[in-house]
Amino acid sequence: MFFYLLRRLLYAVPIALAVGFVCFMLVQIAPGDPINAIVPPDAPQDVVEQVRKDYGLDKPLPVQFGIWLWKVVQGDLGRSLATGRPVWSDLHSAIGNTLMLAAAASMLGFVLGCILGGLAGTFRGSLLDRAAVTVAVAGVSVPHYWLGMVLVVIFSVQLNWLPAMGAGPGGSSDWVWNWEHIQHLVLPAVTLSVIPMGIVTRTVRGIVAEIMNQEFVTALRGKGLTSWNIFLHVVKNAAPNALAVIGLQLGYLMGGSILVETVFSWPGTGLLLNSAIFQRDLPVLQGTILVLAMFFVGLNLVVDLIQTTLDPRIKRA
Amino acid sequence: MSTTTTAASAELAVQARQAVAKSQGYWAGVWKRLRRDPVAIACACVLLAMLFVILAAPWIVPHDPYQGSMMRRLRPMGTPNYPLGTDELGRDMLTRLIYGGRLSWFMGIVPVALAFLAGTTLGVLAGFAGGRLNMLIMRVTDVFYAFPSVLLAVAISGALGAGIMNAILALTLVFVPPIIRVAESVTTGVRNLDFVDAARASGASAFTIVRVHVLGNVLGPIFVYSTSLISVCMILASGLSFLGLGTRPPEPEWGLMLNTLRTAIYVQPWVAVLPGVCIFVTSICFNLVSDGLRQAMDVKG
Repeated sequence: MFFYLLRRLLYAVPIALAVGFVCFMLVQIAPGDPINAIVPPDAPQDVVEQVRKDYGLDKPLPVQFGIWLWKVVQGDLGRSLATGRPVWSDLHSAIGNTLMLAAAASMLGFVLGCILGGLAGTFRGSLLDRAAVTVAVAGVSVPHYWLGMVLVVIFSVQLNWLPAMGAGPGGSSDWVWNWEHIQHLVLPAVTLSVIPMGIVTRTVRGIVAEIMNQEFVTALRGKGLTSWNIFLHVVKNAAPNALAVIGLQLGYLMGGSILVETVFSWPGTGLLLNSAIFQRDLPVLQGTILVLAMFFVGLNLVVDLIQTTLDPRIKRA
Repeated sequence: MSTTTTAASAELAVQARQAVAKSQGYWAGVWKRLRRDPVAIACACVLLAMLFVILAAPWIVPHDPYQGSMMRRLRPMGTPNYPLGTDELGRDMLTRLIYGGRLSWFMGIVPVALAFLAGTTLGVLAGFAGGRLNMLIMRVTDVFYAFPSVLLAVAISGALGAGIMNAILALTLVFVPPIIRVAESVTTGVRNLDFVDAARASGASAFTIVRVHVLGNVLGPIFVYSTSLISVCMILASGLSFLGLGTRPPEPEWGLMLNTLRTAIYVQPWVAVLPGVCIFVTSICFNLVSDGLRQAMDVKG
């Protein structure tokens, strides 16, 4: 196990480096001089040249990448063009909010998906199965930013039950565990949860149906076990794959919440990205994407390790 | 004697014809199975009808898609002359939804088609060549897998700036890696089968083997997988426009229309969500047709 862990960690290093390189290149592929990502467009020429030298932008690309990487490793993601503040200072509170939203949505999606998928897999071919499959297909086909708008129309505009915008009363972005704040989380989390719900339903349905067809289930039934006990056996066998799916979904939602955050003005990384795109604030764009992608790389690693620990049948190759 | 011979040979000929018919039977079988799938057929009909309507747009729409009027902004559904109401600039919704389908379909299908070409080429190359080339292509693919797809699309088109071509480029880059993975794995599976060895032993060049023996066996699964990406691509493309990254106003496109109508949900909520209904219906139909195709072609996964 130790060597597996070591190998898996070592394998993540080149991936992380390459992800860093892709993020570095984002500023390079942007139209115009990358110096525009650091100095405002109305800066005088001699300042531009000075900054170009200070930032090493007159050096060859691989050297620039090295300098950039060294700064990133030290936690320096550059400064925002729009606000002048370090990128990280805006980013770290946004990440907390996005993580909160993504975790709530994946939890909701996971629970619903497991119930639907488990029922569908157990009673395969029944009306219930068809209904669950329909819900699953709808879940992965729905443009969730639109679903968010529809929920706002129903629950905020028509019924006036839940707030439509922000993460707290008066546009506050600091999270507190009380109903004033939680009610802001409901609509975005439900909206975002339809994707993992659909995917988990499909996966769990497949896994459960496959397990129910295996001989050991027949044997358990022959032994006279109650359905509850058989259910426990099925859960034990289905859990590693289902957990792996939802673990990755958490990562996808962290990166993919930009649309939902835009709809609900949720003060997370998505909203940050959105305003960075509008203001062509490339350092913020680059830093946010780098941190989210690194989170995803780390999550992949953790999911892999948990899955291998839970299910020793998976080859540690 | 001769009559029996003729009868026998006639029967043989019939049998031979049947055998030929059977050997051509793969696609016939796929079609037969697909025909028995009412959901997939119904969705395919909906898609074909939509395609017809958006292609015939200039001849059937009642109004000009760009011509608005401040006098008739945000009318409700069922207004005379404007059956689906008007948008925030007083343009006819029905007209704009029909025209919007053109760009939305274009941006849903073109990136997948491009990614299908590029991904199949690279994936088959990696799978068939094996060794270092495989290693190189697959490790680069791994890097792009380290980004959640929405994030990658937003990152690339965000850096390149708004515009249809940039959005298409970004979406293509998002879908190439998964297609490479599928293409590589099916090609690796086919490469070690006996008939490929036989072809090699009979002196066929690598190019001929790939063209005749490999492609025929791998294109089906890759194609089915790619069709399942169209729905995702359409949602993502409209999502980019929704963020202001894809199409630019005043061009009608479903995602962009949702964006510009966002503030109108307090005035005419049901008109404002119409473009999303179009995206939803199209995307669910593409998904179900793709599911039907997968089952009919008996592709695993």
